[in-house]
Amino acid sequence: MSETTMSQTTQAGGTGAPESILSVRNLKMHFPITKGVIIQRQVGSIKAVDGLNFDLLRGETLGLVGESGCGKSTTGRAILQLYKPTDGSVLFEGKELTEIGSNDLRRMRRRMQMIFQDPYASLNPRMTVGSIVGEPLEVHNIGAGRKERQERVQELLKIVGLNPYFINRYPHEFSGGQRQRIGVARALAVNPSFIVCDEPISALDVSIQAQVINLLEDLQQELGLTYLFIAHDLSVVRHISDRIAVMYLGKIVELADRDELYANPQHPYTQALLSAVPIPDPEIEKKRQRIILEGDVPSPANPPKGCNFNTRCPRVMDICRQSDPEFKDDGNGHHVACFLYE
Amino acid sequence: MAKLLEVSNLKTQFFTQDGIVHAVNGISYQVDQGETLAIVGESGSGKSVGVMSLIRLIPEPPGKIVDGQVMFDGQDLLKLSENELRSVRGNRIAMIFQDPMTSLNPVLTIGRQITEALELHLNMGREESRKRAIELLELVGIPGAASRLDDYPHQFSGGMRQRVMIAMGLSCDPQLLIADEPTTALDVTIQAQIVDLVERLKKELGMAIIWITHDLGVVAGMADRVIVMYSGFVVEEAAVDELYAQPRHPYTLGLLRSIPRLDLGRQKRLIPIDGLPPDLLDPPSHCPFAPRCVFNIEKCWQENPTLVTVGTDHKSACWVDISNVEIYDPSADQQNVEAL
Repeated sequence: MSETTMSQTTQAGGTGAPESILSVRNLKMHFPITKGVIIQRQVGSIKAVDGLNFDLLRGETLGLVGESGCGKSTTGRAILQLYKPTDGSVLFEGKELTEIGSNDLRRMRRRMQMIFQDPYASLNPRMTVGSIVGEPLEVHNIGAGRKERQERVQELLKIVGLNPYFINRYPHEFSGGQRQRIGVARALAVNPSFIVCDEPISALDVSIQAQVINLLEDLQQELGLTYLFIAHDLSVVRHISDRIAVMYLGKIVELADRDELYANPQHPYTQALLSAVPIPDPEIEKKRQRIILEGDVPSPANPPKGCNFNTRCPRVMDICRQSDPEFKDDGNGHHVACFLYE
Repeated sequence: MAKLLEVSNLKTQFFTQDGIVHAVNGISYQVDQGETLAIVGESGSGKSVGVMSLIRLIPEPPGKIVDGQVMFDGQDLLKLSENELRSVRGNRIAMIFQDPMTSLNPVLTIGRQITEALELHLNMGREESRKRAIELLELVGIPGAASRLDDYPHQFSGGMRQRVMIAMGLSCDPQLLIADEPTTALDVTIQAQIVDLVERLKKELGMAIIWITHDLGVVAGMADRVIVMYSGFVVEEAAVDELYAQPRHPYTLGLLRSIPRLDLGRQKRLIPIDGLPPDLLDPPSHCPFAPRCVFNIEKCWQENPTLVTVGTDHKSACWVDISNVEIYDPSADQQNVEAL
């Protein structure tokens, strides 16, 4: 995947033009804050995701990075309709997910799956590996009969690098890395084209993380998968993604091709985030100048007026406290929402 | 520089229903005054148990320090009575923990939690300890310190709670601060704030630090010397520059290779360390890393190597000389680090 431009589907049918598999427009996910015991009234809302726009091209990996509480996991869940979005449109493989009925939605789930962060919490401890990985097959009526399903489960275990004989074991018999492989096998069971990977490696040990990253990369190559890769570790995101979106307090502040983003970060938040990532080399660390951000992320229930980042931005201007910058393309697919570049 | 702490042949085991867990298998190291020593390892490598043993914070039973000596300022901490030890713990040796959410008492105000140690160790009165607590909160960069003294932990964010923890740790001017994964639960921008803070405090107060982490990136920026632990053993020890420039243990090399680096272009593939860490219930008599090691030779399966000097201020426990192995794939394109 070296394709970097966000060419729209206007060239559909053209040879080799990457087709957009997912189109997110003005996606909003607000959670109500209520007060009162018997008569509940809404007194505010947590704006976890507040107006996202991006496209995902078939076969690419879009990295979504940001700090905890910035809404990156909520974004993944809202796209898959695990939450009902407050507003906006999610167009996946030509279908508007926010409008289709529950039966149609269930059918669409065969095309889109999720890998969860915590391999200890996302597998039912009372189910065997066979029934965990086989459950989606049953739900979606894939395969005729038990035998065929069992064969498929064994095949899936083999694909993710587990011994097919493990089929009758329980999750507690596996290490963290192996459990995450079971989670991957479950997501692959229904042959999806799109997988949301929600921090799939952050609960794993360093030496095991690389195993899972390599597995995800191999699977993408072999099966032509599209990933939305959610993570807070910028080094990992850089390694696995084709394009990267940086989120802050419910909004995407910058989106660009991977190399472009790291070589030429535009948004002051992206710059600070990159400078905060430690590099495992003492020589380099001695020379680096960190941009240390002051303070904490504001509450999404009460975001500041104007640009969300204005309370911590080292280059804040008057206009940033008045109005919200627009998320704009510089013409080369590098999108940024900042008044410095208006 | 003068020696502050000398640990020799420390062994800690846990006696459980399933058998004996060999958590720490005879480790030795020393910390000089004013030095930052980083202890690196994965979960289960014994890095936390190793330092908790120093001030006997291991729950007994099931845990037990079965052997070893911990000399701190001329005293063997393992031989002190509970009362004598209490005058060292939290006073001359302070500890901050990984999770600032759970290591503060949720029903006591921040002020009370800081003044408790001051009243106990330094016999300060109420007024005096309160004044000192405000100073400490100011020192660790909490805005409006005086007004926040009567707040409860839930009113602070994660980064602020870790600052409070550090303030508590510093309250009695310790000679040694033990930090057990203090930034693991925090976001990168907050992690940068905390690392920055600890480095500043170290310079101002001149204390020594033991910094436990699994993150080789953080270590590179702040440590003077690094110890790498695996399966309860120290497998490598070196000055920080030396360790990253020329790792001599295959496990250290494996760790460096398996993490993606922000400053390197896209490596073709990460090189993971295959397999799993050994079972601490049944530790092998051979080198514990041999089953996962790409350089293993016959001898590795017969005898566990001891830590030997391989260079200036550099020790490694390995039968194989890997000093000629390239750490990174030379074909990966170097990126301009100025941009980062």
